[in-house]
Parts: sequence; structure tokens; C-alpha cells
Amino acid sequence: MITIVAENTTDEIAGFGGDPWWIIAIKCLAIFVICVVLTLFNIVFERKVVARMQHRVGPNRTGPFGALQSLADGVKLMFKEDIIPKAADKVVYILAPIIAVIPSFLILAVIPMGPEVSIFGETTRLQLTDLPVAVLFTLAIASVGVYGLMLAGWSSGSTYPLLGGLRSTAQVISYELVMGLSFVGVFLFAGTMSTSGIVEEQERLWFGIILLPSFVIYLISMIGETNRAPFDLPEAEGELVAGWGTEYSSIKYAMFFLAEYINMVNVSAIATTLFLGGWRAPWPLSAVNDGMFNTGWWPLLWFFGKVILLIFVFVWLRGTLPRLRYDQFMHFCWKRLLPISLVWIVLVAAMRLAFNEGIERNDILLYGGIAVAVLLVASLLIPEKKQPEEPEVVEQAEFDAYASGPHPVPPLPGQRFTAAPRIPATSTASSTSDDSPEEGSRA
Amino acid sequence: MGEEVLFWVMSPFAVLGALGLVFARKAVHGALSLAVTMITLAVFYIAQEAPFLGVVQVVVYTGAIMMLFLFVIMLVGVESSDSRVETIRGQRGSAALAVLGVVLLLTTVTVRATLPDEPTGMAQATPDGNVAGIADLIFGTYVWAFEVVAALLITAAVGAMTLTHRERIFHRPSQRDQAIRRFREGRPEDAAGLPVPGVYARHNAVDTPALLPDGTPSEASINRVLVARGAARSSEEFSHRPTPGDIEAGTSETLSSAEGADQPEGETDEPAAAAPELGGDDDATGGERA
Repeated sequence: MITIVAENTTDEIAGFGGDPWWIIAIKCLAIFVICVVLTLFNIVFERKVVARMQHRVGPNRTGPFGALQSLADGVKLMFKEDIIPKAADKVVYILAPIIAVIPSFLILAVIPMGPEVSIFGETTRLQLTDLPVAVLFTLAIASVGVYGLMLAGWSSGSTYPLLGGLRSTAQVISYELVMGLSFVGVFLFAGTMSTSGIVEEQERLWFGIILLPSFVIYLISMIGETNRAPFDLPEAEGELVAGWGTEYSSIKYAMFFLAEYINMVNVSAIATTLFLGGWRAPWPLSAVNDGMFNTGWWPLLWFFGKVILLIFVFVWLRGTLPRLRYDQFMHFCWKRLLPISLVWIVLVAAMRLAFNEGIERNDILLYGGIAVAVLLVASLLIPEKKQPEEPEVVEQAEFDAYASGPHPVPPLPGQRFTAAPRIPATSTASSTSDDSPEEGSRA
Repeated sequence: MGEEVLFWVMSPFAVLGALGLVFARKAVHGALSLAVTMITLAVFYIAQEAPFLGVVQVVVYTGAIMMLFLFVIMLVGVESSDSRVETIRGQRGSAALAVLGVVLLLTTVTVRATLPDEPTGMAQATPDGNVAGIADLIFGTYVWAFEVVAALLITAAVGAMTLTHRERIFHRPSQRDQAIRRFREGRPEDAAGLPVPGVYARHNAVDTPALLPDGTPSEASINRVLVARGAARSSEEFSHRPTPGDIEAGTSETLSSAEGADQPEGETDEPAAAAPELGGDDDATGGERA
């Protein structure tokens, strides 16, 4: 499968490694600032958008339009009392938030945010560095970051965090697998694993369009990977209080929070780079004035626009979908996503092989279309699934909403609700006397 | 030069991690030390111009295998630490012997290996880059060995699944089945699930029964385990509140009995007799007064 990849990168990627030290320092600082500022922005953005979706206003007190709310929250969190539980494993407990937050800052280092620009007379790319295996590097860094959540759960020395930590481990291992598989299609088509190379390959067509199934699978797995709703089972507050974060407070909790929001930016940036053309302007704009919008500093705008669009998708999902049950969630990953991605990779590899062998695109479309049409016709021959017969409903003349107790009960299918006259309080009490004797005796 | 500095900075971590794995008392600490060693080795690989190997080392070993180890260790228990009791007789002696043998073997191999005088260099060894070089070896030269190993791994996975597989004897009711059954057979007002303890009650603690909309405490809201242990508050403590029925009836008798929760009088009924001690409890826990 991999042998047919047209591998043409050597271990040095053109355009990197020649920067003077101060440019590298500026880029490092810029990445740090981008991470922190985007976190502050995203928290307010998320709260505002979710509020709008729920017909509320959202934070609007601190700063203009509530824009400084997350800054205020951050300061508040720093000054809160830092609690270390007695049962905690102290070293690991303190280490866990640090392990969670450091990897999250590293991923943007290999993300291309723009083409070559000139900074103080030096021509350089808007990307800190690139590796021949940059996309795998992001996977590796993400998998180290998960240790933070897991160790937080274990070291708290308490039941809910432990359960949250275990859930987060199982979840991230499963969804990382699917995420890795969704990358394979991109590697096969781009012929490289370096992020800048992948963006270059998308000059004509975004991979999100030709590899749509990969893109959808990545979108699903990136939400599982970042533990966001509807996949936020490790911190499901209805079941686990706050999951792995239950015992954490003050700056340690803030660090987990920071890591989560930076990771949202990270996975969105990876999705942008791999599937949405990276820093390239969207189609009609890219043709304006001989590609003016794809040069200079303009691409920063498209890049962050796409990232924030994906963040909006995160928020949208959170505002729309309820949390999955844990077993359904794992079944979905292993029994649905994984087989689908495996089949899709085989198809992509076959397509790639066909291109390499010199078969025309039209031929592939033709034969693919015929195959799909045959499958569709065949699917008509499958007998329809029998609907289970509705159980016989006994018609009841009268339905007493108060038959089973003091609370009115809606009618079952087939029962007819007749608006009952308002029952005086005394008769209600007497009818419930067998359910709650103490109430009946006192009324 | 840079590589040498990196080596001397990172190698202490690798050695400390390896020693930590051997000497840590808690299994989780041991596993963490091993993870540190693995990451350090990955950095070494990358420094030796093998970025693919380094990154894959982190993804596969640190990210997946070590994570599964930790997963199992955590399931075993938070407080489990190594016991020093020898379970198999002569285990320590044979282990020492085996270690000695491996050390001897490795030393001999390293010493007797003939190295070329001049290293070839990565540019000549893998002209198409790291990834293509590894792909060439795995899917070209050693494709047979690779497939055999893959078959072995799959066999192991299938074997593990077969050994742990459990036949389901009867149909397990799904969430949907249970919901339908609750509506059809049970009391319809319980169909939406049991009430949550502490809701609308004076405490939000799990041992306090919820107050239903009409003010009566619900015993169904308390966990059965707490009741069995005798750790739950009796619902009678909370049943003195005026119900909507009482208020509608407007009887002064029920209202006075509600006040009587704080100062018991002669006419109050049995639940209020427990009130003084309950009130003291309230102050201690900082709960609200009724």
C-alpha cells in the first residue's frame, strides 16, 4: 500500500533550516502568543455562541461585549486556593497538568500559516519548522498530552477522577487510531507527510473535497480526541462530577483548561492544513488579481478564518448534541468508524494505483459510477425489513390521569384523555392515602 | 557538536528512567519512568537523522502500548505496590542468571561486531529520505518477515478475544426495552427515572431524600446501598413540610406543625420529634434551615 506512494521528499525540506536565530525566536514567541490569545478568544466565543443558540445573551459584563470575560476568569482561577488532596500521589498530581499543557503548545510549530514573507528584510516562511514526518509528529505529541489527563485521574486518589482518567485513555487510544487512518488517504494523495508539502499539493483542489470521507472521519475523531461534547465522557458532569479534573483547583485546573482549548486550536489547524487547503484562499478569492490573496501576509487571514470556522463547528456540536452513552460511543468508534475508514483506505489506494498506472480520471469515474449504479439496483432487490406489528391497543373509555398517584400522568397510546374536572384537594389526598400514608394521615 | 550536547543532556534522563522502572515501588511510577526513557530514545533517534523512527516510537510505544500498560495498572488498583515475596521458588536466582546471560550476549555482540571505518551517512544510505528507506526495507526486502509478524499479532489478538469471549445466555434488555417496560408495567410517574437525592430538600447530600413537587419526601431517591447500610436519613425527618394540599385546605393546624419543626410543641406529630437533633446537625453542616 505504502510502496505506491510517490515519495519524493528527502530529509531536508526546502525552505527550512536557514533562518537566523532571532527569526526563530520571534516565531516561537508568536506561536506562544497565538495559543494563549486564541484560548482567551475561544472561551468567550464559545460562551457567546452557545448562549445565542440557547436564546441567551452570554457574558456581557467584563470589557466591551464581555470580551475580557475569560481573562477575568483566568485571573480568578490563579488566585484561588490550590488544594492537594491527602490521598493524592503528590509528585504525579503536580506533574499531570504540566504534562497536559506543554505538548499542546508544540503542535503549532509544524503548522504552515502562510507562504514566504519578509520579516525585517529576512525572507522566511510563516512556519516555525517542518519535518518529513510532521503530521505523524503532531500525532505523537498529542498522544503524550493524553498522559496528563490520565495521570491526573490516577494521582487524585479518588474514584471519579480515576474513572474519568480511564475513560479518557480508552477514548483517546481508540480515536487516535481512527484519526491516523484518516491521515493515510491524505498521505497517499499528497505523496508526502510534511505539512508544507501537503499544503502545496492542495493548490488545485482541497483534499477535503476529493477525500471527503477521510475529512468527515477526521472531524469526528478530532472531537473524540479533544474530549469535547458530545464526546466529553471523561468529564461527564452528570456521571463523574468533573471526571479527571474533580480534585483539581486553582492554576492546575486552569492549565488543564488551557490545554483543552489549545488542543481545539491544534486539531482545527491540522484539519485546515490537511483537508482545507491550509493557508490558501478559498476558491473565488484565490483567483482574484492573479492570486494576490495567496501571497504575503494575506494567508494568515484565511488560515485563522478556517481555524475559527472549525472552532465554531466544535461549539455548534456542543450546543446541539447530547452526550453519548459510553458503550455507544466506543461501539461507534470500533464498529462503525474503523471499518469504514479501512474500506475507504483500500479504495483510495486503488484510486491512487490507477492514477499511477496512467488510467484516465474519466475512466475511473465511469467505471466507479457503473459499480455504484449496480450496487444501487442490487439494493432494490433486498426485501424490505418487516416492521414489527403494533401491539393491540385496548381502547379505554375513560382515562384517569390521577389513577396511580397524586401526580397527573399523560395517556398511553390508545387511551383517550378527557379533561377531568379540577379535583378538590381533600379528594386528592384521600386517593393517594395508600401511596404516602404520612401525608394522608395529616391532611 | 549539537548532537553531542543533546546526547549528554538527554542520556541522564534515559538512564534515570530505566533505573526508575526497576526500583520504583509503585507500578504507575515504574511505567512513567519507562515512558520517560522511551521519549528520550525517540529524541536520540531524531537526532541521529531517523525522524520517522523517532516519531513512530512515540506514537506506538509511548502513545499506545505504554498507555495500555498504565490502563491495566490503574485498573489493578491505585494503592497496589510490588510485593517482595517470591511466588515461584528459585525465581530470583534464575532471573539473575538470565540477566547475566543477556548482558554477556549483548557485550559480546557489541565488542565483536565489525564496524566500517567510515560511516556511510544517511544521504547515501537512504537517498530518497527516511520514510522511503524504511518502506523499502519493510515492504521490499523483509516483506515476508513483516507479514509473518503481522499474522502472529493478529493470531494473538484473536486468541485473546476467544479466551475472554462470553456467550450471552439470555437477551439483555436494552435502554429502549427498559424504557418501554417502565411505561407498560411500572408506575408511569417513575418512567422518567427515579428522583435525584437532595433535590428541593434541605441538604443536597446523597443521604437526604428528594422532595417531590407536592412536598413529600421520596424514598426511591436514595441509593439502596445507603439504606441497607443505615447511612440514609429517614424520609420521616423531612415529611413535616406543608404540602400544596395543606396550603389549599388552609388549615392552621398543618402550618403550625410545620413551624413546630424548630420548636416542638405538644400537638406536633411524630416526625417533628426528631427535629431538635436535626437542627443541630444543620448548624454543623452549614445547611439551610427549613
